[in-house]
Amino acid sequence: MLIERRSLLFAVHRSENAKRTGGDLVRAISLYAALYGVWLLLSGFFSPFFLGIAAVCCALVVYIALRMDVIDQEGHPVQISWRLIPYLPWLAWQIVRANLDVTRRVFSRDLDIDPVLRWVPASQRTDLGTVIYANSITLTPGTVSTDVEPGRIRVHALSGDAMAELETGEMNARVRDVEG
Amino acid sequence: MSALIDGLTWLLLLGGGFFVVAGGAGLLRMPDFFTRLHPAGLVDTLGAVLIILGLVLQAGFTQVSAKLVLVLVLLFLTGPTATHAVSNAALVSGLMPWTKRKDND
Repeated sequence: MLIERRSLLFAVHRSENAKRTGGDLVRAISLYAALYGVWLLLSGFFSPFFLGIAAVCCALVVYIALRMDVIDQEGHPVQISWRLIPYLPWLAWQIVRANLDVTRRVFSRDLDIDPVLRWVPASQRTDLGTVIYANSITLTPGTVSTDVEPGRIRVHALSGDAMAELETGEMNARVRDVEG
Repeated sequence: MSALIDGLTWLLLLGGGFFVVAGGAGLLRMPDFFTRLHPAGLVDTLGAVLIILGLVLQAGFTQVSAKLVLVLVLLFLTGPTATHAVSNAALVSGLMPWTKRKDND
């Protein structure tokens, strides 16, 4: 059963690649810029020798990535970068709230928990969107995504309250907006 | 000015330490594998964020701060992935989650 599901996910991934629309050069250039930026940030040396090595290394990595055909909407998702910016502060606030809630439950005298395991709908169009949603669920303490299928995510929640909050679908809708 | 920064650093480090301890306590108090994943989330969200922010304040506007922030980004991407992997493995291998016994059934 597990193997069948994996091959299904793989098929979805392949079909998404097939209908990819242009923009490959833009993606390659932006990957090069990102790699070069990270190199400068991590090295801290600005002599011509090191800048030259950086240029060669980044070019090599971009070349290999192009040959592997991984610079696509999943491998280098520049299309979501701007829409991700309003989502992150909201997610941070949810994480803080969930942290305080779980901390209160951990220290409560009778261990105030009531775990539930249930499927919640995931209405994102792409695999990438579903992964962002599942990762956001897990990143928020009190809810963990345990299984992902096309269109739904199986969530283990520490309390009925945490599950109810997820089932209002607000996070689902916001991640869908991130996809555009 | 440096006293203010030191004070803020103390607050952030102590706050981060508190959430790490809360995560550890939760890990010990929770009844089964799945419920133990939740307090572990405390450690690698607010615990890690507050501690790294405290260290960033000490490092100032330097390359070290940039690297610390990169560590945080890495934690936020890999943490949930690892949690999902172990919980999925537990579910697939047939471990049933603990549930609270209801009085009326």
